[in-house]
Amino acid sequence: MKKLFVPLSVVSAAMFLYAPFMILDAPYESTMGLVQKIFYFHASCGMAMFAAAFASGIGSAVFLFTRKPAADRLAVAGAELTSIIGLLVLVTGPLWARKAWGVWWQWDARLTSTLVMWMIFNAYLLLRRYGGPGSDRLAAAVALFGMANVPFVYWSVNVWRTLHPKTSVIPSLQPGMRGPFWFCVVAFLLLFALLLSLRMELEKRRQQLDELYLAAEGD
Amino acid sequence: MFEITRKDLLVEARTREILYTTIFFAVSCVLVFAFGFVKEGRPVQDAAAGILWIAIAFSGTLALGRAFERERHGETLRALLMAPIDRPALYLGKLFGILILLAAVEVLVVPLVALMFQASLFSHAGLMVGLLAAGTVGFAAVGTLFAAMLVRARSRDVMLPVLLYPITVPVIIAGVRGTAALLAPDADLPMARAWLSMLVFFDVVFVTLALWTFEPVMTE
Amino acid sequence: MTVRVLILSLMLFAAPVSAQAPPQQPPPKPAATDEFVPVDRPMSAQETIPAPRLVAIAYGFIWVVLFGYVWSVRSRLASVERELQTVSKRVGSGGR
Repeated sequence: MKKLFVPLSVVSAAMFLYAPFMILDAPYESTMGLVQKIFYFHASCGMAMFAAAFASGIGSAVFLFTRKPAADRLAVAGAELTSIIGLLVLVTGPLWARKAWGVWWQWDARLTSTLVMWMIFNAYLLLRRYGGPGSDRLAAAVALFGMANVPFVYWSVNVWRTLHPKTSVIPSLQPGMRGPFWFCVVAFLLLFALLLSLRMELEKRRQQLDELYLAAEGD
Repeated sequence: MFEITRKDLLVEARTREILYTTIFFAVSCVLVFAFGFVKEGRPVQDAAAGILWIAIAFSGTLALGRAFERERHGETLRALLMAPIDRPALYLGKLFGILILLAAVEVLVVPLVALMFQASLFSHAGLMVGLLAAGTVGFAAVGTLFAAMLVRARSRDVMLPVLLYPITVPVIIAGVRGTAALLAPDADLPMARAWLSMLVFFDVVFVTLALWTFEPVMTE
Repeated sequence: MTVRVLILSLMLFAAPVSAQAPPQQPPPKPAATDEFVPVDRPMSAQETIPAPRLVAIAYGFIWVVLFGYVWSVRSRLASVERELQTVSKRVGSGGR
């Protein structure tokens, strides 16, 4: 993994450099015009957010039942990324919505459930920071509930009548939009994987430091 | 499992501390909201459903905190964990105790809300009870897990609401919308039933998750 | 380690620099007279925020947050590494 990091970062950098050109070339959406171009990054961030939530949930489940430190690192990194990428989703969405729907926010199923899931992972981070010893296991349980939200958030837009576009929009994208969209999705997922590994590295160092402190105290 | 519930209830019956304080808190909660949402000198009708569920959520959090605080003082939780009791049974026993407590609170708060907001909470009593029961189970299922988890954690008083509310928001929303559907002038029964089935779905997911994670989380 | 972080930072920094600005709408004509001229047609709220600005804010926000996050992880990593060195020196020299 370490060996791949640099080349993959270069690939990711190149993709992000190229993405704005692809997006500008893509056809305008008929009713929303320019503002619809936020979609390419907003939806990609959404997918990355789901990936982060799954990473955290899976790491938490493995950690709860095997106590492997690597699983805990994955859980923490995933949770932090869910919070960050979730912030991106929750800000770019309303910026688009203001023009497309006329309102910044709407308490429909998709927006509410996304906000709730974001809050759950923020709570996870608060617990890890201020919960004291043993909070790694407690937080793992929180992350599991957070991960359980993901399918709910995803399907909320199909089950309920919402302002937010349905998931069927993606398969039925115009040909001109498909290229840039999937390109952005890959770019973001790649970036997510890189950030995840970076954050896990930080966590590993922290764990080493803790062990070192314990060893130092032992003397 | 019921032994644990019985023990909890017996301890509570002696002082009734948690019961009385929770009821009082729930009533104050309803009053504060009723005075807060006032229009032309009378409580806003539409707020009844929301206020009811908020009162349940807040007083439930309080009750959970107090119930497990007592465990912490008596070190009984650790004793129970060391005893050869099935972990799921321990969890369910605690859950039933909390549910009985909350049911007692709701028996008082629901008529109060009906009275203050002139809300016809009893015209579809079956569905209403169903909604309340399902919602309370969902809330308490998550609450019992987290309250037990947090017994030995730092900042546990503030951590419980911080963790509990985001996770139980879907339950509260479903409860409020279902109740609101029932309270509407022409009660929307299919809608209420839909929300009720949503609540049951949440209950199944939450109780399953809680049972699954209770043991690994509570073990040192 | 720091190389990786540098590359990620560069990537995030370079992208907005290289991207062309989105097509600008022509700026509104300045008022012909000096005195106050009220809006002569009903303007809905949507029309008062130009779309390019929203798009620019959205993309800009994404770059800023991602860049800020990489920077935050990098600085946390650096401080942990520093601490690791200090403590390991202490353990190394203090251990008897």
